[in-house]
Amino acid sequence: MKSAITPRNAVAGGLLIVLALLPVYASWTGNVFAMTLFTRIIIMAIAAVSLDLIMGYGGMVSFGHAAYLGIGAYAVGILWKEGIASGFLQWPVAIGASALFALIVGALSLRTRGIYFIMITLAFAQMAYYAALGMDRYGGDDGMTIRQRSQFAGLLDLNNRTLFYYLCFAILIGSIFLVSRIVNSRFGLVIRGARSNERRMRAIGFPVFRYRLVCFVIAGALCGLAGALLANHTNFVSPAMMFWTRSGDLMVYVVLGGLGTPFGPLIGTATFLLLEEGLSRVTEYSGLFLGPGLLLVALYLRGGIEGLFGGARRG
Amino acid sequence: MLYFIEQCLNGVQLGMLLFLLAAGLTLIFGIMDLVNLAHGSLYMLGAYFAATFAEATDSFVIGAILALAATFVSGVVLEIIAIRPLYGRNHLDHVLGTFGILIFFNDLVRLIWGPAGMTLSLPSEMLNAVQVIPGIYYPVYRLVIIAVSLAVGALLYFTVMRTRLGMLIRAGASNREMVGALGINIKLLYTLVFGLGAALAGFAGLMQAPILMVQIGMGENILILAFVVIIIGGVGSIRGAFVASILVGLIDTIGRAFVPDMLRSVLNASGASTLGPALASMLIYVLMAGILVFRPEGLFPAATR
Repeated sequence: MKSAITPRNAVAGGLLIVLALLPVYASWTGNVFAMTLFTRIIIMAIAAVSLDLIMGYGGMVSFGHAAYLGIGAYAVGILWKEGIASGFLQWPVAIGASALFALIVGALSLRTRGIYFIMITLAFAQMAYYAALGMDRYGGDDGMTIRQRSQFAGLLDLNNRTLFYYLCFAILIGSIFLVSRIVNSRFGLVIRGARSNERRMRAIGFPVFRYRLVCFVIAGALCGLAGALLANHTNFVSPAMMFWTRSGDLMVYVVLGGLGTPFGPLIGTATFLLLEEGLSRVTEYSGLFLGPGLLLVALYLRGGIEGLFGGARRG
Repeated sequence: MLYFIEQCLNGVQLGMLLFLLAAGLTLIFGIMDLVNLAHGSLYMLGAYFAATFAEATDSFVIGAILALAATFVSGVVLEIIAIRPLYGRNHLDHVLGTFGILIFFNDLVRLIWGPAGMTLSLPSEMLNAVQVIPGIYYPVYRLVIIAVSLAVGALLYFTVMRTRLGMLIRAGASNREMVGALGINIKLLYTLVFGLGAALAGFAGLMQAPILMVQIGMGENILILAFVVIIIGGVGSIRGAFVASILVGLIDTIGRAFVPDMLRSVLNASGASTLGPALASMLIYVLMAGILVFRPEGLFPAATR
């Protein structure tokens, strides 16, 4: 057991403290914008955590992760449109629908490897994108405004910004905890073993395909929950949430922070979104800096920001 | 029936454009083992160059030729500066790095040409329609696209299969160290192949430009279609890319034209108009998923490059 205070833990801990205290600062200064931005960061970080489970620990480079985000969000939107505003129903449906989609995608795509896996997951996400595009009743191309946040029978009022922020924050902490429990369990060891050497895992008798599929479904379900939160945050769903560049963004968050690390996805999401926000105030053309930055990360920062603190664990 | 034939021609035309894109993509993947998400940016650049040069020279053809050269040069410069260090890295690094290049080009184009987009107008003789078979009038320009793309495809096939350069390209794909050891400048070869792929993408972009609007992000949708094509055809196979392009072009176009009507005979009108377009756009992805389940390496596995 290493000492608890390492630079890595200090950064992760510092970030968590900042996130935990942000509403205090925001209400003190009346900075609504900071609340909105950070709620978004937290929700996207949950999605990134779920992607890290399959991509970082499992070696399954899914290029269609935004689809689950969109399905979770659309579950909330569609149920609201059909007159069901109860979060007790909306959220389980969001999780269930994205888990089901992940089951189908995983069952078909986990048979393939390498570039084929990347592209088939991408293709399924594009399918979901076009399906949403075609749903005229739910806004089609333009998307749909959701006029009522999920109702929790008076227990929780999601219209309360601070409460919603802390709910998202709690779910983020829960997800990071859940993923680290999963990857350190026997199940997680099989998943990580299969990333390093699939043939050997099969040879010692593990049905790798089934383990991977379960892992894929867990990640999809978690991302669906993030989608339900996102729909409540923006009060809006649209097909653009599922366009392939959104899946690319999620991959960027994870790799920027550090693949296969507990806090990497959060660090990466916060860094990228804050950088994007900061740059957009200075220049209209933030991509001129973000793009080459990404290329440099891919080339030289192989362990992500987490890796900077020594002992990069990227496989 | 006439409508069906017309849609088939549209499908072939889309397929030919996809082939121009996919051929470059599959060459770059097959030879350099590089996943290039920035390929769609070169397609976009080709269209912007063509619109600019055609406006400056008042000639579509001269504009197109200049644009082709300009995209080739852009591809070569891009390869030397940004792509070269990516060779030999894993696919995730490729996806990330070229995604960054894509973001860069979108804002670069916005900086240079502005956010509004452009139009590229055709010479008047291209605007007419000719009678292809009795009863069917088809736009000359679309026929030109089909013919020119076929010619480019044939030239490409001849270059790769019958010339010394093509031999080196194929040798580089199967064993790059050995080709390098034999004294071939493999770096230069890679740069040339990337430039060639860029020129093909730019060509597809400038051919498509008069039909659609020239705008930022125009390459992003069609890039995914091109990826679907090379996955269905078998990554690295030009022949596979050709067959799959036409297949995808036909299925996508005919699906969009007929699926909503076919549904209308089964479902009620509102259900059909909701489901139809969505189902039609999903068809090619269903096709790709189906093919990958039964033939995980695509229709023409790359043994026959």
